[in-house]
Amino acid sequence: MKLNELTIKEAKGGLKSKKFSSVELTKACLEQIKKHNKDLNAFITVTEKEALDSARKADDLASQDQVLEAKSLLGIPIALKDLFSTKGIKTTAASNVLKDYIPQYDAAVVKKIKDAGAIIIGKTNCDAWAHGSSGENSDFGPTKNPWDKEYVPGGSSSGSAVSVASDMCIASTGTDTGGSIRLPASFNNVVGLKPTYGRVSRYGIIAMASSLDSIGHFTKTVEDSALFFNVTAGQDKMDATTLPNPVEDFTKDLNKGIKGLKIGIPKEFVTSDLDNEAKEKFEETVKTFANLGAEIIEISLPYTEYGIAAYYIIQPSEVSSNLARYDGIRYGNDRSYFGDEAKRRIMLGTFTLSSGYYDAYYKKAMAVRTLIIKDFNDAFQKVDALISPVCPTLPWKLGEKINDPIKMYMSDVLTVTANLAGIPGLSLPIGFIDGLPVGMQILGPQLSEVKLFQIGYAYEQATQWRKQKPAL
Amino acid sequence: MNNEPLTINYEPVIGLEVHVELKTKSKMFCSCSADYFGQKPNTHTCPVCLGSPGALPVPNGKAIDWCVMIGLALNCKIANFSKFDRKNYFYPDLPKGYQISQYDQPFCLKGFITLSNGKKIGITRVHMEEDTAKLTHQGENSLIDFNRSGVPLVEIVTEPDFENAKEVIEYLKKLQQIVRYLDVSDADMEKGNMRLEPNISLREITMNNELLTINNLPKYKVEVKNINSFRFAEKAIEYEIRRQTEILSENKTPVQETRGWDEDKQKTVSQRIKEEANDYRYFPEPDIPPIRFTQNQIRQLADQMPELPDAKLARLIKEYNLSKYDAEILTREKEMTDYFEEAVKVGKTFKINPKQIANTVINKKIDMNNILPAELVKNIVNFKKTDDIDENKLQEITDKVIKENQKAINDYKSGKVQVIGFLIGKVKQHFPTADSNQIKTALEKKLK
Amino acid sequence: MKINVPHVAKLANLTLKPEEEKKFEKQLSDILTYVDKLKEVDTKNVETTSQVTGLENVMREDEPTPSLTQDEALSNVKNQHNGLFKVKAILTE
Repeated sequence: MKLNELTIKEAKGGLKSKKFSSVELTKACLEQIKKHNKDLNAFITVTEKEALDSARKADDLASQDQVLEAKSLLGIPIALKDLFSTKGIKTTAASNVLKDYIPQYDAAVVKKIKDAGAIIIGKTNCDAWAHGSSGENSDFGPTKNPWDKEYVPGGSSSGSAVSVASDMCIASTGTDTGGSIRLPASFNNVVGLKPTYGRVSRYGIIAMASSLDSIGHFTKTVEDSALFFNVTAGQDKMDATTLPNPVEDFTKDLNKGIKGLKIGIPKEFVTSDLDNEAKEKFEETVKTFANLGAEIIEISLPYTEYGIAAYYIIQPSEVSSNLARYDGIRYGNDRSYFGDEAKRRIMLGTFTLSSGYYDAYYKKAMAVRTLIIKDFNDAFQKVDALISPVCPTLPWKLGEKINDPIKMYMSDVLTVTANLAGIPGLSLPIGFIDGLPVGMQILGPQLSEVKLFQIGYAYEQATQWRKQKPAL
Repeated sequence: MNNEPLTINYEPVIGLEVHVELKTKSKMFCSCSADYFGQKPNTHTCPVCLGSPGALPVPNGKAIDWCVMIGLALNCKIANFSKFDRKNYFYPDLPKGYQISQYDQPFCLKGFITLSNGKKIGITRVHMEEDTAKLTHQGENSLIDFNRSGVPLVEIVTEPDFENAKEVIEYLKKLQQIVRYLDVSDADMEKGNMRLEPNISLREITMNNELLTINNLPKYKVEVKNINSFRFAEKAIEYEIRRQTEILSENKTPVQETRGWDEDKQKTVSQRIKEEANDYRYFPEPDIPPIRFTQNQIRQLADQMPELPDAKLARLIKEYNLSKYDAEILTREKEMTDYFEEAVKVGKTFKINPKQIANTVINKKIDMNNILPAELVKNIVNFKKTDDIDENKLQEITDKVIKENQKAINDYKSGKVQVIGFLIGKVKQHFPTADSNQIKTALEKKLK
Repeated sequence: MKINVPHVAKLANLTLKPEEEKKFEKQLSDILTYVDKLKEVDTKNVETTSQVTGLENVMREDEPTPSLTQDEALSNVKNQHNGLFKVKAILTE
C-alpha cells in the first residue's frame, strides 16, 4: 500500500513505529497531487515548501514519545478548504475577489490542527464562497469527480472531498452550510462529518451563512473522523456561538455496535422524487442496519418539504450581509469581481431583508425554521438517530445543472434541514451505481456525535465500501 | 364672521440623537485597545475591527453593563431580553458593510431627563453599537484610519420634546454630567467622544379668534451633523429655526435632508439629499447570542452606580443647608463634590461649618489636585485663628517676596503691571486660602 | 413575484450590465415563486428562530490585547497613503 493511501490511524501507527517518516508521507501525498491535480483540479494552492518544512520538524519532534502522544495529528498531511484563513498563505474562497488575499491570521481550527502537529499540504478548490452543490462555481475551474471525470464531485467542498478520495492527503477540512460536506462525501466514497452547529469554531472561516455554517472534515474512515473531531471540537473564545459543553473522546463508543439502537427512517426523505437506483441502494442499507441488530422505525418529519424554501431565504439573507465587507478597500478586489452565483444570492438576500418584504420572507422563514427544529426534536424522542440518502440523485455530469439555479438548489433538499436545526450529520459510503459512489447520512440530536460515530463505524465495518478506490 | 387666521406662529420641534463613546479599555467586539485618540493611524486594529474575512465579534461585557447603567441613570426601563442586530449599508468607514447595533430590542427604553424648569425630556431608547472608522477627505481621495472602528458607542435618542436651543444645551450638559459621574465616558465634544445630531422642524400654531390650534408633527425633518461643541449646537439650532421659518413663511416646505454646521460660514449647509429611502435591512446578528438580564443583575448594576447629579444636589442642599446656587456649582463635577464633602468631614472636628467650606471651595478656586481637603481646612482654621497677627505676617512675607524678586519689581515699576499676578502667587504660597485682593492691596501699597 | 433588480442591485452595491439585469430578474423571480410555498405554512403563534444554540449572555472581559502592526493591517491593500487606507472620495461636501 502506498503511504498516501493510509488513514490517519494507520499513518500514526507507522510514524510511531518509525516505518516511515512524515517527510516520506508528505512527499507521497505531494507526488499524488503532482500526478493528478491537473486533471482533478482539487487544489488551488499547494504549499509544498511549507509542508516539507513542517514535516521535517514533525520528524524531529516524533523522536520524543510524549510529543507523539500529545500531538495527535503529528506529521499527518491535511488539506484545507480554501475558506479557512491561513496566516501568510493565500486564501481565496475560490473567488476572484480574493485571488491575491493573504490573511494576517490563522482560523481557530487551523491553529488547532497545526498545534496538533498536522502538516498543511494545501488549500482546496470549492464553489466560490461555498455557493454551490457541484463544485462548478469556482472561479478557478471546476473540480472533477475522480470516479469519472465527466461527473461533478459535489460541492461546495469539492476539492476537499476529491483530495481525500484520490489520496492526495490523509484528511481534509470542509464547511457545511446546506450539505457542502455531506454531499461531496457521498459523491466520492469518503466519510464526511457536519458537526453540531457551534461545536467547532467558525473564527477565521470565510463566512457563508453565519447561523448555518458548520465546520467539519473529510476522512477515509469513521474512526479517522472521530480522531480528527477530537482535535477540532470545543468552545472558542473568539466565536461567541461555540458551545461550552466539554469535549469527550469521540472514539470511545466505536466498538459498541448498534444492537438495540432505534434507527429512524424519515419517510419524507425517501419519496418518489428519489432516483430509483439510489432508493434501492438505500433500502439495502436499511436491511444491513436491521441485520446488525438495530430496530428500524419509520418517522415523519412533515415540514421537510419546506426546508429548501426556508433555507433559500435565510441563507441568502445572511450571505448578502456577510459578503458586504468585500469592497476592495482593505483587501481583495472590488465587487465587480463577484461571479454570477454570488451576485444572485446577494441580490436575493438583499431583497428578502428589504423594507416591505422582511416579514413575508425572512421572518416567515425563521418561523418555519422553528417548525423544522420541532420535527427533529419530536423524532429524537422516538429514535436514537435517523438515516437517509444524502442527495436525491446520483452525481450528474459537469454542466448539466449550471444554468438552472433551482434544479441545482434542489440537490440540497435532503441536507439543508440538518443545518436549519443545527444538528450533526455523518455522511458515509453505501456502495456504487454504475461505478459512481452513493452515500447516506446519519443524523442525530445536537451534540450526539459520539453516537453517530458508533453507528457509522458499525455499518462501515460490516460493509467496507471504503476499500474501493477510484482508478485515476 | 371672519374665519381668516389672525396669526401664524411656528414652534420648533427638536429631537436629539446623542452618541457617547465609552471609555472601556478594549473595543466593543474585539480586544484591540479602545484608546485611539491621537495614536498612529491603523495601529489599533485586528481582523475583527478591520472586517477581515472570517473574523467574528464577541461583545465586551463591561460596555454592555455601562450602557445599562446609562439607561438606569436616565430613568429607563431595562429590557429583560435584548439582542444585537446588523444595520446594513455601504460606506468606506464601515468595514463589514454593516454596523452591529440594536434595532427592535435595545437594552434600555422609555426614560427621561428633567430640566431645571421642571420639563421632562423623554428618552425614547438607549442602545449599544460600534463606532465607524475615521474618514478624512483630501482632494479627490478619502483616507481611512480604522483605529476608531469598533469602539463602543451608546446612542441616546430623545422624543421630539425640545422647543429651543437653550433646552437642548441644558439637556446635553446634564447628559454629559451624568455619564461623567458614572465614569463611563469622557463625553468631550471636541474630541468627538460625545456627538450630537439634532433633528429640527417647525410646526404651525394658528390663532383664530382666541382659538389656539397646534398642528400635528411636521412632515419633514432636518438632521444637522458636524456639531462638535455646545456653542456650535446652539448656533446651528438657532440658524436652522430662522432658516426654516423663512421658508415656511413663503408657504414652502423645507427639504427633508441632512445638513452640516459650517463654522466658517456660520450656517448649516446641505450635505446630501437623503438617499431615496435608506433601507438598512436590519436583521438579528447571528454571530452574537442574545442577552438576558435578571432583575437581580439589574439591581446589582444599580447598586454599583454612584449618586447621580440630581440626587446629589438635593442632598447637598438638605444635608449642609447650602443654597441651590452653591450646590449646583459644587455638583457640576463629581470630583468637586467629593472634595467638598471630604473637607466638611475634616472641618467638623475644627467646628468649621459646611457653608464656610463651600464658600472657600467656590470663591477661591482651589487647586484640588495640589491642596488636600485637610490642608484646606487647616488653612481656614489658621486664617481664623491668626487674623490679627496675620497682617504683620503678611507685611513680613510681602517684604521678603519683594526683596527676592527684584526683576519683577523693576518690570512692574517700568509699567509691566501685570507681573503683580506673579508676585501675588509668590505671597499666596504662604497663605493659600487668603483673599488675593488683600495681598494685592498690600503689595501695591509697598510698590507705590 | 416580480423583483426590481436595479433597485436591489443598488442597495447591494452591485453594478450590473443590462443583460445581467434581465437574466437575474428571471432567475430571482423563479426562486421567489418557489419559496412562496412557505405561505402554505401556518406560522401564527410560532416563535422565530435566528440561532439554534440556545446560548445567551456570551461576553468577553474588557481586557486589551496587542493589535496588528500598521504594516500588517495594510498588507493586502492596493491603495494607501501614509499608513492610511485610500479610496476615491465618495462624498463631496
